[in-house]
Amino acid sequence: MRSLFWPLVALGALLLFNLLFTEGFARLTIRNGHVYGSLVDILKLSSRVMLVSLGMTLVIATAGVDLSVGAVVAIAGSLAAKLLVQEQAGLPLALAATSGLCLVLGAWNGALVAWLGVQPIVATLILMVAGRGIAQLLTDGQIITVESPGFSFIAGGHFLGLPFPVTLVAMMWLITVALTRGTAMGLFIESVGNNETASRFSGVNARAVKMFVYMFTGFCAGMAGLIEASDIKAADANNAGLYIELDAILAVVIGGTPLTGGRFNLPGSLVGALLIQTLSTAIKMRSVPVEYTLVVKAVVVLGVCLLQSEELRNLIWRKGGRA
Amino acid sequence: MRLRVSRTQIPLLATVVVLAAFYTAASCRYSGFFSWAVFVNLLRDNSFLGLAGIGMTFVILSGGIDLSVGAMIGFSSILVARLTGQHVHPLLAITVALALGTGFGWGMGALIRFAALPPFLVTLAGMFLLRGLGFVVSLETITIQHGLYSAISDFSLRVFPVTAILFLLVLIAAVYVAHYTPFGRAVYAIGGNEQSAMLMGLPVGRTKLRLYALSGFCSALAGVIYTFYTSSGNATAGTMLELDAIAAVVIGGTLLSGGLGYVLGTLLGVLILGVIQTIITFEGTLSSWWTKIAIGVLLLAFILLQRGLQNRARPG
Repeated sequence: MRSLFWPLVALGALLLFNLLFTEGFARLTIRNGHVYGSLVDILKLSSRVMLVSLGMTLVIATAGVDLSVGAVVAIAGSLAAKLLVQEQAGLPLALAATSGLCLVLGAWNGALVAWLGVQPIVATLILMVAGRGIAQLLTDGQIITVESPGFSFIAGGHFLGLPFPVTLVAMMWLITVALTRGTAMGLFIESVGNNETASRFSGVNARAVKMFVYMFTGFCAGMAGLIEASDIKAADANNAGLYIELDAILAVVIGGTPLTGGRFNLPGSLVGALLIQTLSTAIKMRSVPVEYTLVVKAVVVLGVCLLQSEELRNLIWRKGGRA
Repeated sequence: MRLRVSRTQIPLLATVVVLAAFYTAASCRYSGFFSWAVFVNLLRDNSFLGLAGIGMTFVILSGGIDLSVGAMIGFSSILVARLTGQHVHPLLAITVALALGTGFGWGMGALIRFAALPPFLVTLAGMFLLRGLGFVVSLETITIQHGLYSAISDFSLRVFPVTAILFLLVLIAAVYVAHYTPFGRAVYAIGGNEQSAMLMGLPVGRTKLRLYALSGFCSALAGVIYTFYTSSGNATAGTMLELDAIAAVVIGGTLLSGGLGYVLGTLLGVLILGVIQTIITFEGTLSSWWTKIAIGVLLLAFILLQRGLQNRARPG
């Protein structure tokens, strides 16, 4: 777990700093049996990025990347809202149809990458560009508001005193861990990411593995889309999931999964997502002007990446040694 | 002279065919489409996308990617507007923006070279940083009011407005740099195979630094042109423009794995995107989101074409 060291140090330092110096950061109150406070907010707000980064971790472990998750988030919210509001469908049907569509979208990415051999960045770029158009097509360019207690529960509900999205993340994390570490799937994913040709020759069905990771990511993104739409009680095809692909990729990289693939670190990605959200929340609470958020985020991300860069360490080491 | 099309030129040829087909179809369908005014508008409306695309072409030719171009347009446009608003001479403001843009690109290149971080990641962080810095400069749109500025933006050579002229000038320079200089050859060589390029003794590291500096310069200039175009600066200018720029480069026939492609192809790619936009405006009843879907479909077609060609190149 050496790779979890730096992200944890960064998250720990950030939390410690805020607990000591940010007014009200540590305050937790219990109302109606639900826990409230900025620490809980961080958990809730980061749930979407955490979900997407679970899938993204596996995709990146196969030396791929999925840029289309933001578009899938928008499509999922739009479809669910359309079914619930305009088609008067029941909640189970809407959720099932949305999950199904997201799996199909993931399969589309997977097919382009696995069967046609298109580079992942390019293959998923197609859906990233076209997907938001598809989402707007679904909603006719309007923002569809959803008034459904069942649907609002996805983001607004509570379970065991914590916001329901936290439960969803925990569930998906357990499923992912069970799938990847309980079965040989994790090993297959890593071997495909390390050397696709070699793993194919040793009998790993590389195409099936790739199909799996992209479909899984599509599903995770769909879930994030449902949470987002449920949170604002509306489907906004323009802004839903905007830049979530970037946050997810950053979370994965901060978490110690290299972009070159071959290894992955699921807890690391969750820590990465938490780190990003803690940073945003802390910036907001310390009443730093909102315009500095992106600057601080970029600097921290670069810093964590540089800490992990072996080449830079070698360079400094060599120079230091020579002098 | 025998006309022979090599395999590497097929994507470019396909681009030309697609552009011609779109242009002809649109000209037949809408009266008034086939006119100088529409063509010049096409150049003017897409000049900042084109400029960012030129820088992106070089980066993609080398096998890299630059996600910061859209944010750079926002940053440099708002910087120029803010400085001009504080009575800095516009030309000085533009020089500062271009210098900062180039320097920023150079810095990203340095991280890619020395820390061996993936270009995707470095330019992603660069995008956040630039967008953030743009917001720090000003959250609101700043209108530029300066005699020289309106003189420049109203300037036109016969029918060509100054934005189109600047774009075409940079394009000519870029074609020269890509095909007739050692730097251009090194870019192609790195994109073909970085290891071989290194073993051949080409200055791989130095070329990478210059590459990203070049892309930074191009997109900063695109931001300056944006200020000519709108007479204002806006930190959110060029949001998601990096996607359009990448799409234009790919539709223009440049291989995303690097090493193959033409700067002129990017001009055609930008024109195709522009024609799609214009067609949708002319049609009137089509909603704007069809633009995105159409670009996605075109991207798919070109990527499949590239795959087909690559597969044929590899026997067995």
